[in-house]
Amino acid sequence: MTVMDQVANIAYSLIIPVAVLFGFIMLNAAYLSYMERKVLAHMQARMGPMMTGWHGILQPIADGVKLFFKEDIIPAKADKWLFSLAPVLLLIMSIAAFVAIPFGPPTDFYGILSNKVPLWLTNLNVGILYVLALASVGTYGVIMAGWASNNKYSLLGGFRSAAQMISYEIPMAFAIITVVLLAGSLNLAEIVNAQSEKWFIIVLPVGPVAFLLYLISGVAETNRAPFDLPEAETELVAGFFTEYTGMRFAMFFMAEYANMVVISLLVSILFLGGWMPVQILPNTWLGGMPPVSWINGLFRLMPPVLWLLGKVYFLLFFFIWLRATLPRLRYDQLMAFSWKFLLPLSLATLLTTAVMKQMGLL
Amino acid sequence: MTPDTYVPEHFLPVAIFLLLGGAFAVGMLVVGWFVRPRRPYPEKLLTYESGITPFMDAHQKFSIRFYLIAMLFLIFDIEAVFLYPWAVAYGKIGLYGFVEMVIFIAILLVGYVYAWKKGALEWE
Repeated sequence: MTVMDQVANIAYSLIIPVAVLFGFIMLNAAYLSYMERKVLAHMQARMGPMMTGWHGILQPIADGVKLFFKEDIIPAKADKWLFSLAPVLLLIMSIAAFVAIPFGPPTDFYGILSNKVPLWLTNLNVGILYVLALASVGTYGVIMAGWASNNKYSLLGGFRSAAQMISYEIPMAFAIITVVLLAGSLNLAEIVNAQSEKWFIIVLPVGPVAFLLYLISGVAETNRAPFDLPEAETELVAGFFTEYTGMRFAMFFMAEYANMVVISLLVSILFLGGWMPVQILPNTWLGGMPPVSWINGLFRLMPPVLWLLGKVYFLLFFFIWLRATLPRLRYDQLMAFSWKFLLPLSLATLLTTAVMKQMGLL
Repeated sequence: MTPDTYVPEHFLPVAIFLLLGGAFAVGMLVVGWFVRPRRPYPEKLLTYESGITPFMDAHQKFSIRFYLIAMLFLIFDIEAVFLYPWAVAYGKIGLYGFVEMVIFIAILLVGYVYAWKKGALEWE
């Protein structure tokens, strides 16, 4: 093997995937803000951003440039180092979570490449634990920002946010363990492959319950409406990032949107069959006769990665839809909902799954 | 594979991304430093408090509830950590593993019911 071959090898196996994934994250973090504003606007019979480019398509770029040229204010009473570190930490953690996520089965892009390449950067055997661990570190970023600002709104917002994130992490963990029980693996690609016959959301009776538990906890983890108390504008100004300006403020937003994408990816991978195409009816129905096999075959024509992204964008749309529809919870309701309802329900789901597996029913 | 020869090469992209994310975040701030204005004055650097002059430090007593929640979280999060390997190995450990985990969860449930009865889950 010549030196050029080796260089080309490293480029194909590492540099290009890293660049593609990083671009994907940045594009999503920027354009999710556009999607959110547009969808919210149309749900409220408005137009949303319209001035920059066709239907405001350049709005995220304009916003980014504006924030880039804004003064970076660090309040005199703030803890300078923690204040600077918090948004950086949050952004790093939300970006790094993407590394372990598989986007599709190995593919040669319809013969364009000579051999099949995997659509993931690394296939960790503890994939789901890795993503969860990074999300937990993100909680430190939130509480650091709240504490370092030395502002009463920030401090209260930071504490509320951290308490909320850890409270909803527990039902989320139990819902994930239910999936791990069903799949028998912590590896995200193997979890998807375990759903080739039947997505986990339709594994009765536990699938739909675990799915809803995870979805609700996921919305709460990302501090989105109706669980957006830490950023409740009407009482806490902007919560833990009240004192932040310019680029640091932008980093909080990028981290939040990146986290939304991660949660949507995980919901798709854990419950909605990942990159598996929709099956309107099982392939074996009526002995695999047409027209069922035709329609299922039609669905299979779409590349797997597009199936995964389709599910992800539908979920992102759903999260924005929730924000347009539901009013905010009260804080005591929020905590009681997690500790007194979701936690026992998630434990019961987990135990039911274990019992049914033991009896050979699943 | 012995432990001292194990190279966690699967985690190389993780290290790359942690560095890349850090470089991106810090890079944006550093490049921005050259172009953004810097005109601080005492009033601008004042902590925001809805227009009034801030009084007292924000670093003061906060509700004991947050401690309670944090401790309850630790208990259940450690339970969850034990459940992950159990769930992966569930197909191999059979009835014995199942009964053992039921006992483990039952002990924690006693604590959960106790915390509930004591009002640790109330938020007023």
